[in-house]
Amino acid sequence: MLAYIIRRVLQSLLVLLVVGLVAFSMFRFVGDPIDNMLGQERTVADIERLRDQLGLDDPFVVQYWNFLEGAVQGNFGISYRQGRPVAEIIADRAPATLELAAVSGILALGFGIGLGIFTAIRRNGFSANLIMTLSLVGVSLPTFLIGILLIYIFSVELGWLPSFGRGETTQIGGWSTSFLTESGLKALILPAITLGLYQMTLIMRLVRSEMLEVLRQDYIRFARARGLREKSVNFRHALKNTLVPVITVTGLQLGSIIAFAIITETVFQWPGVGLLFINAIQFVDIPVMAAYLMLISVMFVGINLIVDLLYFAIDPRLRIDGRH
Amino acid sequence: MTDLPQSPDTPIAVKKPSRLQEIWASDFLWQFRRSPVAMVSFAVVMLLVLSAVFAPLIAPHDPFNPATLNLMNGFTPPGEANMFTQDTFFLGTDDQGRDVFSTILYGMRISLFVGFAAVLLAMVIGITLGLIAGYVGGWTETIIMRVADVQLTFPAILVAMLIFGIAKGFTPPEYRDQMAIWVLILAIGLSDWVQFARVVRGATLVEKSKEYVQAAKLIGRTPFAIMLRHILPNVLSPVLVIATISLALAIIAEATLSFLGVGAPPTQPSLGTLIRIGQGFLFSGEWWILLFPSITLLALALSVNLLGDWLRDALNPKLR
Repeated sequence: MLAYIIRRVLQSLLVLLVVGLVAFSMFRFVGDPIDNMLGQERTVADIERLRDQLGLDDPFVVQYWNFLEGAVQGNFGISYRQGRPVAEIIADRAPATLELAAVSGILALGFGIGLGIFTAIRRNGFSANLIMTLSLVGVSLPTFLIGILLIYIFSVELGWLPSFGRGETTQIGGWSTSFLTESGLKALILPAITLGLYQMTLIMRLVRSEMLEVLRQDYIRFARARGLREKSVNFRHALKNTLVPVITVTGLQLGSIIAFAIITETVFQWPGVGLLFINAIQFVDIPVMAAYLMLISVMFVGINLIVDLLYFAIDPRLRIDGRH
Repeated sequence: MTDLPQSPDTPIAVKKPSRLQEIWASDFLWQFRRSPVAMVSFAVVMLLVLSAVFAPLIAPHDPFNPATLNLMNGFTPPGEANMFTQDTFFLGTDDQGRDVFSTILYGMRISLFVGFAAVLLAMVIGITLGLIAGYVGGWTETIIMRVADVQLTFPAILVAMLIFGIAKGFTPPEYRDQMAIWVLILAIGLSDWVQFARVVRGATLVEKSKEYVQAAKLIGRTPFAIMLRHILPNVLSPVLVIATISLALAIIAEATLSFLGVGAPPTQPSLGTLIRIGQGFLFSGEWWILLFPSITLLALALSVNLLGDWLRDALNPKLR
């Protein structure tokens, strides 16, 4: 068990080192950093000074090490486009993305599990079949089209909800939140639905198929034979045993929510990290791209690690299997 | 079904049917004829692909030839006569007076081209690495599959965005618009090879231990020949299924990237670029600029997806 954990942690670190190498190479080899940072009017002395300052004459390994050292401390250099430290820009933008991701994650999980149970129990009911058919359409619909559709219905036609931005935000010690104002909450609704819908259908389908699988087991039949109430059979016995795959998939989906936030944020002009990243790609703002790459890799690798370790904590059967 | 030959060299008493009849009666096509969903989606895909291929013949206007454009025609609603020029357009025109129907036809060309090329690239990379990993084994396999695992933990669209960003950084600014389509193919293709590699590796591991491979080894065929001529043909059917589903994903990925402004440039608009342009007119009431490209994209993605689903079931007898 311990050996497995250590091996997984080392693997994760290796992955991060490789991603760091990619990010660093982007920094170093895409275009000339000097060109990017100094304007047209520059002197040879300026160039020499900056070369020295950035350590561009150091050996590759030394530069890579310095980059990693900076990255660990949250120092990713200065954005080519905005002229501000990247870490500062990201810290400004992060609350918007995290709030959006949290709300849509909770929506997806709540409705996904609820509808999954519903469609599994009422397997051949009309409304359950309708939900399943709709979910198929939901999976095929690209995220950005869902966003546009919602904007068209609720902003253009009905005029109920704003179509872009975060509304009014409140500052609480460096964290800007839109939870506390009415316009902020209103602005959150459409992006959160757009972002959460796909994950919701995914979780729903997973819960449904797992639930159907479990409901077929002998111990469920036995529970029924014992005369337990239907509710007790469904929730205490069946649901509990479907949760292992649901937890792992949900964990992995947490990362995709942050990644797919890029699309939602662009549709709704939501001032988060995703929009920042897209703009960075458009303008080839390498430091921002590299920082985002590092940040999101740490997150994905971390989530994967936690999910893998959770497996062991939740399902005792795996602990025995993992030993050979 | 039983009295029909499965292969030409089966000895049979009945009159040998023509090649065409044989194909028509095959198990695969029998499945196809029984599934209305498959037939409808196949028809939609064929219609769209053909109209994209023959776009220059079908399109009433060439939207990229400035000589044929008239700015006065801008914002003509679908089916109505323009108030200045009295020209009518089947699906209306956009802000620059380009016929929406024609831009969709040409846009679909780019969407489909990027989709097919990206899947082809992913397939070539995935099959090659999968065959090598499965057949050679050892540390080669470990490295290839570890890389695949790591890439799989990141969503494909994110990987594609990053590759697009990096490749864009490497292309000189003056070539960026021209190269965008190729960069897009590279990005989507590289983000999608893992599925192919995993499936091919799995199938290769199974095939490797079979007798015909042993026999091929014994008569001294080279590993390269065994992989290419003996194993590859036997692992192709799952590849076909993944390729179809990948095509739908690639089309959506391309549209998403272009919609986000990190894909096909406005000079070579794909369906995603057209939707991006159309979104700008959502609030001013020119709904047709947005609606028709969106519907086309949806029809394309959905029907390829359904076709892939059907193919998966049809090629897997266990599911019947």
